[in-house]
This record gives sequence, C-alpha cells and structure tokens, in this order.
Amino acid sequence: MSQMLDLVVLFAKIGLVAVGGVIALIPEIQREVVDVHHWMDLHTFSTLFTLAQAAPGPNLLLVTLIGYYLQGLAGAMIATLALILPPAILAYALGIWWRRMKGAAWLVPVQAGLNAVTVGLIASAGILLVRASYVSVMAGVIAGGTVLLLSTTKIHPLWMLAAGAALGAIGLV
Amino acid sequence: MSTQHPPTTGVATPRLRDLFIGFFIVGINGFGGVMPFARRMIVEQRNWLSPEEFVDALAMCQFVPGPNIVNLGVALGGRFRGPLGALACVVGILAAPMTIVLLAYTALVRVAEAPVMMGALRGMSAAAAGLVVALAVKVATPFVRERDGLGLLMAAIAAVAVGVLRTELLPTLAICAPLAVALEFLRTRSKARRS
Repeated sequence: MSQMLDLVVLFAKIGLVAVGGVIALIPEIQREVVDVHHWMDLHTFSTLFTLAQAAPGPNLLLVTLIGYYLQGLAGAMIATLALILPPAILAYALGIWWRRMKGAAWLVPVQAGLNAVTVGLIASAGILLVRASYVSVMAGVIAGGTVLLLSTTKIHPLWMLAAGAALGAIGLV
Repeated sequence: MSTQHPPTTGVATPRLRDLFIGFFIVGINGFGGVMPFARRMIVEQRNWLSPEEFVDALAMCQFVPGPNIVNLGVALGGRFRGPLGALACVVGILAAPMTIVLLAYTALVRVAEAPVMMGALRGMSAAAAGLVVALAVKVATPFVRERDGLGLLMAAIAAVAVGVLRTELLPTLAICAPLAVALEFLRTRSKARRS
C-alpha cells in the first residue's frame, strides 16, 4: 500500500514539473524508479519504455506500464491518474483564461526560454536511453541508423522498431 | 462580419459522443506521437478549431505542465462541454492505448524469457532509443537554423546536467528555467532597443 502512495506522490510531482511532454521526463522517471526506489532494474525500465513506444497512443503509457508492473491494474490506473490529473486541472482553468493572456508580451520570452530547456531534457533522455540499450555494437548501429534515417527521410518510426526487432530476433543484437 | 456566430469556426458544438469518438480515433492512430493526428482530426476533419486556434491551444498546453495531448483534450472538451467534455476527451484518448499496451505487456511477460523474444526486445530498445535522439535532433534544428546560440547553450546545459551528471529534475529546472527565461527577456529588450 505504501508503494501505491509512493507511486501517486512520484507521478503527481513529475506531472507538475513536466515541461515539454513525457519524453523530457524520462531521465527523472528513470532516476526515481531505478536509482532511488529500486523498483526495477535498468533493463526492465528500458523494456517498458520500448513497449510504450511500440504501442499506439500518447507517450505517457510508460507511466501506465510502470504502475502495472508494480501494482497491477489498480497501479496502472492510479499512476496514470496521478500524472495527468493535477496538470489537467491547470489546463482546464487556463483554457478559460488563455484568450486574455495570449497577447501578453511576456509570454514570448517565457516560452522561448522553456523551449530551450525542453530541447536539452529530450536530448538527455536520448543519452540515457541509448546508454541503457547499448548491449552490443549492433545495438549501437540500430540506434545510430534510426537517428540517421529519421532525421533525413520521412520513414515511419514503426519501421525502425520493426527492423530493430527483426535484427534482434535473428540473434544479431 | 456576422456577429451571430461564436468566435470558434466549428460547424456545430460537438456533442460528448463526438468528443469521445474523435479523441478515441486519435488514440488508436497515434503511433510515435499523437499530436499530428490530433491536429488532422480537430482542424481538418471535424472543424472544431481553426488552424490559428489550434496553434494557440497547443501553445497553452505546452505552457501547462503534464502530457500535452491530455491537456489539449481537457482544454478543448472543457471549452465545448465543460468538465464532462474534458473527461470525454481524456477517456477517449487513453482508453484504447492503455488497453492495448497492458494486453501487450501481459502477452510479453509470458514469452519474454524466450531467446528470440529477448533478442527482439534488445533490438527494439535500441531503435526506440534512437527515436528519442532523432526527436532531440528535430526539436534542436530550429535553434541551429536560427543561429540561436543562447538557446542551444541552455539546452546543452540541461542535457549535460540531467543526462550525464544525473542531476535531479526539479533543482535543475529551478535553476535552468528562470535563467533561460531571464536571458530571453534581456535579449528581447536589447533587440527592441536596437530597432
């Protein structure tokens, strides 16, 4: 039961400091779940993240899966709710005020500044996930190839996941 | 200009059911990022918002913490149908993906020990990590194109702190975010003074 409470506190906190989406939060989720609470090892975390990426829908499914891994269906629901509810209340309230605020001159530099930090957080998530998944030279090649192809072509991300799975299934990774 | 119509361009105020179905379809379609699908549904297919209104709504959602798509659903559903509308959008976007990912997980743990499956997961994890790096490259590109050294510097500081030195998010944000915003303010002011 106390783990359930920890889940609520953790994801409510993470949801409220989130700027720039769930991907930017991966370093912090990983730090808390793996390093601080020792709820799972890095490999399990990496697997849950991969599964969340392979499924349709929003990236917050990682949080659903962490809740499920630890506390079953109730954990999945509660972790997800803890993440989305506090910001949702803010969004609801701000949705009403936004029209008045949006012309405000101070919003532009605030958003530009926050954007830059978000870019850095997403990059740090990339660094950590590459490190966690780097189990062989081939894994590095797959990660590098994915970056290259996605940056230069319009290929759908799912193809890269499928290619990685195929190479791994025949024993190359 | 007619004053009979509300400021929204929407053909008609969507019903709760429409909100749920619209977001449900976005949820099952959104592989690797739901926002492009949400835009297509909201702006192009159902005319709930004009392109400009969508950009505004998105800016607001990025300003609020938390998952952007959930916040967008809350703001949009709330605007048309109050709290129930917000709920319809959020349940719509999450119902199918949550069910699918949990079913996939239950299926996976049964076969996860098989060498083929373990290999496939290792390969997929590497690709998934690459997807995030590619996303970082994509969001950093505008900063490079506009030769925004200040933005890139703040991004690099945050990336090294959280990704390499493994600092906690909250203190890192508490230092980086106000600093980045303050520097942007100074830059806006000096630009205004020059022109």
